[in-house]
Amino acid sequence: MCNSCNCSKNKSDLTLLDGVLEKYASVKGSLITILQNAQEIYGYLPTDVIYYIAEKTSSTPAKVMGVATFYTQFRLQPIGKYLIMLCQGTACHVNGSAKILKTIEEELEIKDGETTKDGLFTLKTVACLGCCSLSPVMMINEETYGSLTSDKVVSILRELRGKEVQ
Amino acid sequence: MKLVVGQGSCGIAAGASKVYDSISKYNDGKFEMGISGCIGMCYLEPIVDVYDGNELVHRLVKVSEKDGEAIAKAASSGDFSTVSNLFISEEDSSFLSQQTRIALRHCGIIDPNDINAYINADGYSAIKKVLSSMTPEDVIEEIKVSGLAGRGGAGFPTWFKWNAARSSKGEQKYLICNADEGDPGAFMDRAVIESDPHNLIEGMLIGAYAIGASEAVVYVRAEYPLAIKRLDEAIKQAKEAGFVGEKILGSGFSCNISYKAGAGAFVCGEETALIESLEGKRGMPRLKPPFPAQRGYDDKPSNINNVETFANVPWILLNGGSAFSAMGTENSKGTKVFALTGKIKRGGLVEVPMGKTLRDVIFGIGGGIKNDRPCKAVQMGGPSGGCIPFELFDTIIDYKALGATGAIMGSGGMVVMDDSTCMVNMAKFFLDFTTKESCGKCVHCRLGTKRMYEILTRIVAGEGKEGDIELLEELCVSIKDGALCGLGQTAPNPVLTTIKYFRNEYEAHINDKKCPAKACSDLLSYRIDAEKCTGCTLCAIKCPVKAISGEKKNPQVIDNEKCIKCGNCKTVCRFGAVFVE
Repeated sequence: MCNSCNCSKNKSDLTLLDGVLEKYASVKGSLITILQNAQEIYGYLPTDVIYYIAEKTSSTPAKVMGVATFYTQFRLQPIGKYLIMLCQGTACHVNGSAKILKTIEEELEIKDGETTKDGLFTLKTVACLGCCSLSPVMMINEETYGSLTSDKVVSILRELRGKEVQ
Repeated sequence: MKLVVGQGSCGIAAGASKVYDSISKYNDGKFEMGISGCIGMCYLEPIVDVYDGNELVHRLVKVSEKDGEAIAKAASSGDFSTVSNLFISEEDSSFLSQQTRIALRHCGIIDPNDINAYINADGYSAIKKVLSSMTPEDVIEEIKVSGLAGRGGAGFPTWFKWNAARSSKGEQKYLICNADEGDPGAFMDRAVIESDPHNLIEGMLIGAYAIGASEAVVYVRAEYPLAIKRLDEAIKQAKEAGFVGEKILGSGFSCNISYKAGAGAFVCGEETALIESLEGKRGMPRLKPPFPAQRGYDDKPSNINNVETFANVPWILLNGGSAFSAMGTENSKGTKVFALTGKIKRGGLVEVPMGKTLRDVIFGIGGGIKNDRPCKAVQMGGPSGGCIPFELFDTIIDYKALGATGAIMGSGGMVVMDDSTCMVNMAKFFLDFTTKESCGKCVHCRLGTKRMYEILTRIVAGEGKEGDIELLEELCVSIKDGALCGLGQTAPNPVLTTIKYFRNEYEAHINDKKCPAKACSDLLSYRIDAEKCTGCTLCAIKCPVKAISGEKKNPQVIDNEKCIKCGNCKTVCRFGAVFVE
């Protein structure tokens, strides 16, 4: 592990991961499961966590990083309090998801993949969420919002922001 | 009296949990509450079914939270006339009555969290029959008679795969269920797992017995958290009940079932990429041969089938292969589930016998196009499939007949499009998808799809050149020939079919710089009809870039230099004064 500087590699509490590693580190083919658990704990995959997983699974950071960057589920940056997942499936596309994306980008002044400066919202376009009959659809954290229009999206976002201000 | 609230993902997204809580709040103890999975009438969610014993007496649709009290009172008194406004209409009932359900036979009827509900519906009797009276060869023969083919898209005969895995040498064999339902617009596998997980488990047990596997794994999409939760619970229950584990039902057959969540990669629907991912690696396809039946997961003989395929298996073993093959056409037997979405009036899950026409499904069951607009096409098979134009809607649902149109049966996504969908933009949409999802292993797919995407992007932006269509066609052929796996080999299909049936739209974009569907914003300009405009200025207020000006009560004017073509003005105008050129 890197010990030569104060970069973000050395900031995570690695002991949080010990239970997961104890259970899976020696089980062949468990890297994806370990990364999923790690992301659940830290909210994303910090660099020092990736190094730590590599060390404990007798792998290399490059291999772990290779897997982490291959799958869209894994994030290498922290996310906002509200993760907006906007569906880009075919049904949503046909029913106008492009316009919804534009509305969110304008309202929050961020692009796909970015987080607002106040750390509240992260916008991510995702593959089909499978709620095609309610298209266009987005998920914010665990909640699904369907049959979206530009006005509806704006009021949902403002309501969430309003909650935080209070 | 029992009230059952449908709680699949779609239902919950539409508010089913809130409806459940709201009715429960007013429950005076005179009626029971329960849940089911997804009945497939997504456009009517949330749905509450009223049972008297085992008989469905009422189906309440589009229920909202505020109906909770009235429904609870009705259930308590037994008089539902007070909520008759929520009764399903006869027309909507025909959505289900026109279907033949095998894979979905329990969906939306039984409680997915309760193994006894499944057992009471004849569940686990197929595995009992198999273990007590059939050899693995008998099972494979029965599946052969049924004519069951892979429902994930390729349509390969199931018995053949099972037989290959059975004949393969090796002590340890694996049975894998592909639940990485990645095609945008398809959600039947999710519905089966969420609504009837034990049916999948039973189908897998039978498959494992047939090929001689003692380990079975479900590879399920991470985007389906509810399906994962219900599957996890169902596996636990099946283990406790002795259907999964050592010496099942006292026989010599042992099989363990587990699951692994994917991490979001479309290519992992390809079987060798799925195996790589199961092994915890980057999901990149392997060269075939060796086929998975020879060397698959952990280099051991493996057999992979899709969720819907397994969901048919218990029914086939109980009712006989010939009952299954009695349905369908010469080439395609049994039923197929479709996820009907897009610009359709009645969207949801549809299971019909093979041999029905596209028109039967889209207009008969689906009720035709939203707002009665003209129908343009249906997209089948997701990014690997193609667009079938309205003129060919008499095509029957059959692997061969659909293949002849240039599309494929696919996993069953059916996205219906009206005249407002631009087919060039549609092709671009799919290429955007495959470009992002290409794993990058082979050049044809990695670079070929990228080049196609760039050309299509130019065309929809009004920068198309003469020769672009021919160049696209040339690329399509090379990518089909050169790509390593199914993802790349089928990626050109959306482009090929749209060129084949909608070449005029491509030409209009390239030569006239026009989008006939009025969907490509770079080729449009918004104007206001001065005669129709009343000067209410609503459009000017809603315009995000202040491109609309004019005195109040006088016709407004759009400054096309400033206009970003968001279409807000057209949406808000109550007088139809805004038009697009």
